[in-house]
Amino acid sequence: MIRELKKSLVVSLWFMFLTFPIMVIKVDTLQRTIIWRWKNLFLVGIGSFFLSIVWRYLIERKTKKAKQKELGLEGASFVSKVITNPRYSRPLYLAFFIFILAFPFLFSTYQTNIMISALIYVMLGLGLNIVVGIAGLLDLGYVAFYAVGAYSYALLNYHFHIGFWTALPIGGFLAALFGIVLGFPVLRLRGDYLAIVTLGFGEIIRLILENWDSFSFGPSGISNIPRPSFFGMELGVKGATIYIYYLIVVMALITIFVVNRLQNSRLGRAWLALREDEIACQAMGIDKTKTKLTAFALGAMWAGFGGVVFAAKTTFISPACFTFLESAIILSIVVLGGMGSIVGVVLAALVMILLPEYLRAFSNYRMLIFGASMVLMMVFRPEGLIPSVRRKYEYNPAENQS
Amino acid sequence: MQKQKHSSPILDVQSISMQFGGLRALDNVSLQVYPQEIVALIGPNGAGKTTFFNCITGIYKPTQGDVFVYREGKKKRVNGLKPNKITEIGLARTFQNIRIFPNMTVLENVMVGRHCRTHAWVIGAIFKGKKTREEERQIIEYSYGLLQKLELERFANEMAKNLPYGAQKKLEIARALATDPLLLLLDEPAAGLNPQETQELREIILTISREEDVAILLIEHDMKLVMNVSDRVYVMESGKMLAHGTPTEVRENPAVIKAYLGEEHA
Repeated sequence: MIRELKKSLVVSLWFMFLTFPIMVIKVDTLQRTIIWRWKNLFLVGIGSFFLSIVWRYLIERKTKKAKQKELGLEGASFVSKVITNPRYSRPLYLAFFIFILAFPFLFSTYQTNIMISALIYVMLGLGLNIVVGIAGLLDLGYVAFYAVGAYSYALLNYHFHIGFWTALPIGGFLAALFGIVLGFPVLRLRGDYLAIVTLGFGEIIRLILENWDSFSFGPSGISNIPRPSFFGMELGVKGATIYIYYLIVVMALITIFVVNRLQNSRLGRAWLALREDEIACQAMGIDKTKTKLTAFALGAMWAGFGGVVFAAKTTFISPACFTFLESAIILSIVVLGGMGSIVGVVLAALVMILLPEYLRAFSNYRMLIFGASMVLMMVFRPEGLIPSVRRKYEYNPAENQS
Repeated sequence: MQKQKHSSPILDVQSISMQFGGLRALDNVSLQVYPQEIVALIGPNGAGKTTFFNCITGIYKPTQGDVFVYREGKKKRVNGLKPNKITEIGLARTFQNIRIFPNMTVLENVMVGRHCRTHAWVIGAIFKGKKTREEERQIIEYSYGLLQKLELERFANEMAKNLPYGAQKKLEIARALATDPLLLLLDEPAAGLNPQETQELREIILTISREEDVAILLIEHDMKLVMNVSDRVYVMESGKMLAHGTPTEVRENPAVIKAYLGEEHA
């Protein structure tokens, strides 16, 4: 106990020393004096002392849990218990669903707009989940497909006045095609190498959009992209927002449904096998090329759909919307949610997008809190918010004898 | 013990060679396996046994020679084909260092093995029509049946990585069998098993060979097991085929004794 306190004391002294220049010394440039804020030093000391105690306690608890897991004594965590038991999870999902449905009537247009972004990211997260979470192909250029979707709607509309509903499947299809185009050269690559190539691919698409003025209007982007019309009727900003909101809700639900189906199919198992061991996977008669390309194409397709909705929602797109940061955010959604876990990815998408928005109240500390919570998350729950659970197949031999 | 020889082999390897730069890992190696046979491939470490396996199963492409597989009377040249095609034609293998899919359940591991005998793809997976559901049911049933045969059914919904070593080895065999092979290639199945598990493995090999209409080609260092189960034995040394024959013939072959025990014993 004394040793623990000593350790914390050392930590707090260290922090006081580290933060001394920024937290204590303040130069008043007008009066040409230095203000010594000794109170801050004291606060930093106390704060880091307690935080270090809490930190060490949590780490200890974590290692204890890991030990229990090794011994097979692990009790399922509270969250996973709730999620796997339909008696609790069904009403929970239902309540959540009703809340989502009622959302635009409960909150302002501004809030609804934020929610639309979050739901677009749900789609993007689930799409990338196919590539990264299930098939195990680390893709850092996912935003490229999002851009393909958005630009295909914007450009088709600009040149040919093609409406939202026609552009939606075209955007998805084009993105899938680009997925295959990216897939071919990287068939032999895995892990780090694949990540670097996909990163390059993402940048290539963005740079093309930025520099090919006659094609994409360069950095100034494309504006006045029409919002989707409701059976030919033009809606006002408020109406259109609500309309897009329900549209994206339905699309997110379809995504969840499809990804779930894919995951528990012959194709999904082939993806998992590919993630687990490429050589053994081939030795089981799985066509590596076909399986990988399908993963890239299907993953990219959702990004394409997301892109079309995004273009319709913001009515303005430019290459600056599709930077590497977006890819990184989508990837964090997948990792944070738990690789291959649908509920996890949905939750993580909502947290990742909504949290920074609602943390605006803390203005300056917004990104600090956000970053810190991500670090904590990865330390204490590296397998994600809600780790994926493999499906248990019921087999009843009696059924077989009939 | 010698079974009646059929007129045509199911695997016919005609003097293949494998060159890695300046190293000749395989030099004019020929080997035949006939239906329902159990054939062992033995040899000191580094003799090229696993390279030989990798050449037939498509992981390497032999630099010279041909590999033929006879399926339903038709002769198929398999060298140069991709591993998945070769599995489809009917050669299934296990690996020297276990290569199960650790984060999938045991049943799913075996279900993956059914991949090349089933068809559902994207559309089937999403819409899950009658055909797909029926196919899925059959996959589960077939896989579960295999688990029962290898006494792994109590682990069916466990993660494969949580299985004991011996069970993982058996799982690999079950997974390979799920591809419905003509010939099962086992790469050191008894490595790391205790005597009791080795005994169990022997039973499994004999049962598979008797009941499944599968020929078996195994690489093994456990001589007792090899002499016990195999109909014929091939001996390799530094990339060359040294001798072959029945276990008794091989045991008494002076060249084999020399390779294993050194000059003075010959």
